[in-house]
Amino acid sequence: MIEPFYELFLSRYNYWMAIILMLIGLYALIAKQNLVKKIIGLNIFQTAIFLFYISFAEVRGGTAPIYTAEGVHALYVNPLPHVLILTAIVVGVSVTAVALSLIVRIYEEYGVLDEDELMLAVRKR
Amino acid sequence: MMENVVIRTVSRLAVPFIQIFALYVIVHGASGAGGGFQGGVVFAASFILMIIAFGMANVRRRIDNRGIMWLSVIGIATYAGIGFLALLMAGNFLEYAAIEAALGIPHLHGILIDLVEAGIGIAVMASMVSIIYDIAGNGEESS
Amino acid sequence: MTIINHVPVLLVAIPIIASLLILAAGWYDRRFCYPIALITILSQFVASIAILLQVLDGGTIHYHLGNWAPPLGIELVIDSFNGFILVAILLLAAATIIYARRSVEKEIAPDKIVSFYVLFQLLVTGLVGMTITGDIFNLYVFLEISSIAAYTLIASSRKPHSYVASFNYLILGSIAAGFILLGIGNLYVATGTLNMAELAVMLPASYHLATIHSAFLFLMIGFSIKVAFFPLHLWLPDAYAESPSAVTVLISTVMAKVSVYALFRILFTVFTTAYIIDSFPVTGFILLMSTVAIVAGAVLAIAQEDLKRMLAYSSVSQIGYIMFALGVANEIALEGGLLHILGHAVMKGCLFMVAGMIIYRMGTSRLSDMKGLSKTMPISCAAFALAGASMIGIPPTIGFMSKYYLVLGAFEAGLWPYAAVLLIGSLLAAIYIWRFIEIAYFGDPHGADHNEEQTQTAEREGPLSMLAPMVGLAILCLLFGIFVEVLMQAVGPAALLLLGGA
Repeated sequence: MIEPFYELFLSRYNYWMAIILMLIGLYALIAKQNLVKKIIGLNIFQTAIFLFYISFAEVRGGTAPIYTAEGVHALYVNPLPHVLILTAIVVGVSVTAVALSLIVRIYEEYGVLDEDELMLAVRKR
Repeated sequence: MMENVVIRTVSRLAVPFIQIFALYVIVHGASGAGGGFQGGVVFAASFILMIIAFGMANVRRRIDNRGIMWLSVIGIATYAGIGFLALLMAGNFLEYAAIEAALGIPHLHGILIDLVEAGIGIAVMASMVSIIYDIAGNGEESS
Repeated sequence: MTIINHVPVLLVAIPIIASLLILAAGWYDRRFCYPIALITILSQFVASIAILLQVLDGGTIHYHLGNWAPPLGIELVIDSFNGFILVAILLLAAATIIYARRSVEKEIAPDKIVSFYVLFQLLVTGLVGMTITGDIFNLYVFLEISSIAAYTLIASSRKPHSYVASFNYLILGSIAAGFILLGIGNLYVATGTLNMAELAVMLPASYHLATIHSAFLFLMIGFSIKVAFFPLHLWLPDAYAESPSAVTVLISTVMAKVSVYALFRILFTVFTTAYIIDSFPVTGFILLMSTVAIVAGAVLAIAQEDLKRMLAYSSVSQIGYIMFALGVANEIALEGGLLHILGHAVMKGCLFMVAGMIIYRMGTSRLSDMKGLSKTMPISCAAFALAGASMIGIPPTIGFMSKYYLVLGAFEAGLWPYAAVLLIGSLLAAIYIWRFIEIAYFGDPHGADHNEEQTQTAEREGPLSMLAPMVGLAILCLLFGIFVEVLMQAVGPAALLLLGGA
């Protein structure tokens, strides 16, 4: 009874956490009216993906991938996903920066941060 | 906020340590966990603290947009310069071993990686600061 | 060890240096920016031709960054498929940069011109990187470089609406990039490698895994957003219509084509035809959606009142044609699809250049303001007519050749009803192209409430630097169609390569 449940959810809870976070992010991206909140949603969405990568790189009991006394036989965590995610974080920061400066410009131009009001303001011009 | 003595004093104390830590992270990049991106961001964080404590205008006087631009150019030029140096030494792009072999200096690749990391760190720091200037500075004098 | 061996990396590294140089030079004198960008892109174009010839001659080129062998290091791969795409996109980029100078002076605030050229250069670099990389994560990084440059370029217009267009594109583009990243993560979990060639070798063993299926779906949806495949095209019309003309030309031709390339690359060489046809049959669905895209895009284009918006919806329709080739997935159809990648880039580039020229002269892109335009801007209208004929698919233009191959491919696969949709799409294209032709050639400039000032400013053609690339592209539409055999020498091997190097 508990076995399949354990198999599906508990033993892979890290993936479920990533999925939940991702859906929260997507929800905020789609449903929130405020542009800044959309960007926060985008960041949650991206963070979920980062979490997914980092959690699958984990090796239980592994050390950092640096040269230790055990030499190459040491059990170490796969470093590649961390490197990839470092790059992805940089990309995410850049996207957030561009998005925020666009929001600043939009606010200067139209004086609104709400999506519906923005659409009205755009149409009025 | 400009009047807050606590923030100003604490940040005056903290900023040098943050910057030293950033340099440590950058230099550590060749042999362990660390590197240009992380170090550059930490370094930029010290600037954010300064902006919060002393105000945008004060920081801008010390490092203006032109300075930022030159820092990012220098940073990326360092990176690409070492890449091209490897090409000149008959290796592939960014092949540290080729430079090391051509110049005959042992363990040179570690130094080269540090230089590349420093270049990345400078560029990342500069672009982070320019992002802060651009967003927090109401877009004035942006480029 | 000659310089030619290092061309793959120089194609990416030199332009990045050049973009810095533009930034630095811009602080001293804005006039330095344009020549640097021009020289860099032109030399990239020349290098790409050299490298394509080399590939056709001596086979695929592999370049290992830092001399690390593929499983560990990142490699750049140029084969007949991406060599062809590389030449196509750099041809368009070169035409656009020549066109851009005067158009940008008019449409972008002077203090943003330096940033414009820097970002233009970065966008082209990112796209070239996407094209030649052999590492799937590297593809993602270059995709994001080009996307961020594109978001910023779209917002560089003087019209405030461009900020909103750019923001919408940013949101959808970031979701797409997130999906692509997730897909790449799943692939890495299943195989433990990021190199495309190695992925293709290791994937068949795990074709039955749900991980692979979800990776495929994430990548498929992500890139479908990026190429604006029909139900996911919502960012496209605003982004195309609101950005400055030169940017529209660049993103509608070069960027859209590279996204299509990436989709082809992932579907055919990472997941091979064995997967997309047998293990996880999606080609039927793609085929269905592509026919919907062809018809819906064209119908929406007919409904538009604005020239640039009309051309933007036409792009949605034309992307459908390329995806149609993907759905049919036999050799002839793929040849048609690849030809259409080049052909559509050339003709849509020309059409958007005409639209940009009209904006340059008249300051408007509303169709109703263009009555009798052929009298004042005869060359532009002729170029539009020629490229438009290609869009409809009138022989002997390139548009005809690519659609001919597509229809042949559909016949060979026995998909008669779908071939009929291709023809309906062409008829609908004839309607929206004809609308402009009718207004421009047969509209009466004095009949409507046309104000005198506009007629004054629209008195003559635009400057030569805008006219030349436009006319050049229009003539290329014709030349490529007539001398299609020359192109087939590159397209034929590319199509074979996609189908598994047979």
